[in-house]
Amino acid sequence: MAGHAAKHDYHLVDPSPWPFVGSLGAFLLAVGAVGNMKGLVGADHPLAFMYGDGAFGGLILGFAVVLYTMIGWWGDVIKESRRGDHTPVVDLHLRYGMIMFIASEVMFFVAWFWIFFEYAIFHEVRTGWDGATLAADFQGLGTWPPVGVETFNPWHIPLMNTLILLLSGTTVTWAHHALQHGDRKGATLGLIFTVILGVCFTSLQVVEYMEAHFAFSIADGGNLYGSAFFMATGFHGAHVVIGTIFLAVCLFRLLAGQFTPEKHFGLEAAAWYWHFVDVVWLFLFAFVYVTFG
Amino acid sequence: MSADAATHDDHTPSMWDWRRWVLSTNHKDIGTMYLVFAIFAGIIGGALSGLMRWELMEPGLQVFNNGFWGNEHNYNVATTMHGLIMIFFMVMPAMIGGFGNWFVPLMIGAPDMAFPRMNNISFWLLPFAFALAVMSMFVPGAGGDMGFGGGWVLYPPLSTSGHNGPAMDLLILSLHIAGVSSILGAINFITTIFNMRAPGMTIHKMPLFVWSVLVTVFLLLLSLPVLAGALTMLLTDRNFGTTFFDPMGGGDPVMYQHLFWFFGHPEVYILILPGFGIISHIVSTFSRKPIFGYLGMAYAMVAIGFIGFIVWAHHMYTVGMPVDLKAYFIAATMVIAVPTGIKIFSWIATMWGGSIEFRTPMMWAIGFIFLFTVGGVTGVVLANAGVDQSLHDTYYVVAHFHYVLSLGAVFAIFAGWYYWFEKIFGVKYNSILARLQFAFFFIGANVIFFPQHFLGLQGMPRRYVDYADGFALWNYVSTVGYMIMLVGMVLFFLVLIDAMIRRRKADANPWGEGATTLEWTLSSPPPFHQFNELPKIK
Repeated sequence: MAGHAAKHDYHLVDPSPWPFVGSLGAFLLAVGAVGNMKGLVGADHPLAFMYGDGAFGGLILGFAVVLYTMIGWWGDVIKESRRGDHTPVVDLHLRYGMIMFIASEVMFFVAWFWIFFEYAIFHEVRTGWDGATLAADFQGLGTWPPVGVETFNPWHIPLMNTLILLLSGTTVTWAHHALQHGDRKGATLGLIFTVILGVCFTSLQVVEYMEAHFAFSIADGGNLYGSAFFMATGFHGAHVVIGTIFLAVCLFRLLAGQFTPEKHFGLEAAAWYWHFVDVVWLFLFAFVYVTFG
Repeated sequence: MSADAATHDDHTPSMWDWRRWVLSTNHKDIGTMYLVFAIFAGIIGGALSGLMRWELMEPGLQVFNNGFWGNEHNYNVATTMHGLIMIFFMVMPAMIGGFGNWFVPLMIGAPDMAFPRMNNISFWLLPFAFALAVMSMFVPGAGGDMGFGGGWVLYPPLSTSGHNGPAMDLLILSLHIAGVSSILGAINFITTIFNMRAPGMTIHKMPLFVWSVLVTVFLLLLSLPVLAGALTMLLTDRNFGTTFFDPMGGGDPVMYQHLFWFFGHPEVYILILPGFGIISHIVSTFSRKPIFGYLGMAYAMVAIGFIGFIVWAHHMYTVGMPVDLKAYFIAATMVIAVPTGIKIFSWIATMWGGSIEFRTPMMWAIGFIFLFTVGGVTGVVLANAGVDQSLHDTYYVVAHFHYVLSLGAVFAIFAGWYYWFEKIFGVKYNSILARLQFAFFFIGANVIFFPQHFLGLQGMPRRYVDYADGFALWNYVSTVGYMIMLVGMVLFFLVLIDAMIRRRKADANPWGEGATTLEWTLSSPPPFHQFNELPKIK
């Protein structure tokens, strides 16, 4: 399709099924999620295993279609890259695209930090009463952290996780520079370390969550602290997992010989993403754990 | 260029081939799909407003009287869905998706968008998001009542404990998906505009429509993720026991309003900025003059976009915020009148001394300038916290935002539609019918919304199915206005059908020497892939 007469370096992509399939997947995922949370059909309906209350069928179907789209779509991107469609100007497009994507992710975390700071700094204003006149139901919510919430000691696991992520930032840079200098072995080693450190971070985060002395849900006796803490650190944790998978894919592509010292934007994008995740963690550590913990 | 176009036309796939549309990676085809989708969603959104005007024609319950159309709750569902559909599925797809996709690459001399395949998922996510929104109207919302009726702003506790059924969850996920679509589109436009301008087209030579889209998509990129966060908090408050907006666990519903309006205020500029760009082109074309104060026009939009991020709480004057905070938001909001004034006066200055031709698009554009100015002026009134204290949530506010959106953004869309119709479809339209549509729209829209100022000043609240008898007269007039506008809507489809049946071949440039941007150098419709050889800009 890329016009035989074209006298430019832009990449006019061939027609592709992935946008439509991916959109369908998103739709199925949404319907599956609502089915799971609220139940779109009764318990005796033949589709109860898909869209009944608490059923996972619809969710799994939607997730499978989305996953299939991701593999197919990004697989096509890799093929096109290896075919030479990614000219310098297209490479620049990808860089802009990744930067803009990360910018939007930053704004997503702004929402979580915003709600955390509002409650952490302005808790007395927000609850609307001074401590003396708090109604019985609201006892203990006028302070931050609320009375009864036993927070984490930031200098134990959180500090360890900070060091792990900072270290992983250096190993991914090591991998990148090694690749640029044609040192394939160093690059492989650097990436392997980075992925391992990513997995370590996630594992320690799981341990930390299990040891938490405050709850996420109000049904388990939780309050705002648990909501804000788990959602902010939880979304960060999800981004760590995504970043780890991204880096692991780059590791396999490196082993498959798909990166050259000159051309390896996939790895660079993964590194940018990883640094973004790293910076978000530094903010979480400084404010959620240390300052207002 | 025309010879080149002829040879390349041979590669255009048949319009009856489904693969051309479903698998598309062509910015013009995707733009056309956006326009068709916007028309479709506009019909549904418009029909909902018709039910509302029908109901409000007289005091008492006419439509939502536990009959076929349901009960009072369904009236609130109609207002909610009318707002959401018109914003997310009509205006945004038409302006950014439709005209943006069609004309940003053409105007900057690019063969396509930077990410042609991602462009298509930006489109296809929308019909699926729309399907979720429509589904939400037919599943339980509050108890046994169908749909979500808490207003398009989705404030808790109405959107949390107030509507416990799946309708609200479907709506949340619908907006999540529409948001993803817009964020991907924003990334695509920013990359395209920064990297694919033809040789010689510096950023200060870009047509103003491209400037307007650039500012708009930056607003989308930076504001939508915050909405996504707020919607996620609603979702977890509803389903997973968090207490972000629930005072029982220390949360605060007002925090939702802050997060929402941090998105919501940029959103209203997202809806109008592309219209500013369209109007600039039309005014310049039919005055046969370059736009007055080009750089001022461009940076006025940048200023509007920037200030748009720091005025959000003027939507929340009645939540009980401190006076100091109100003072800040009053001042910041009033400042926006300055760049907006630059826009209005520069359009007028462009017409001043020009050789003005009152062709169809020009009539819509001048209608836009007049009506948008009315809406802008009432906006300055509402910016005052003291005045807003009594006007908040009255029909005065409804009149204000419909003057800037229903009469501003929608008139800009029709102006663009008739400006570019021949370029997009390659056929001429009947300009007499189109002008007649303008006449019906202009009169109809004013008759609908001008009396609503009076209703608001009298104290009639928004979002109620019934009203006191004292409000009857102007409500009746307002509904008559809807009927007039409905005739205009029928004329719109007549123009479209007439053009498609008669198929009179359009010229490359129907507007003469006033039309100077690159899209007019191409055939109508342009070749399937234009600018195989990039144009050079002097």
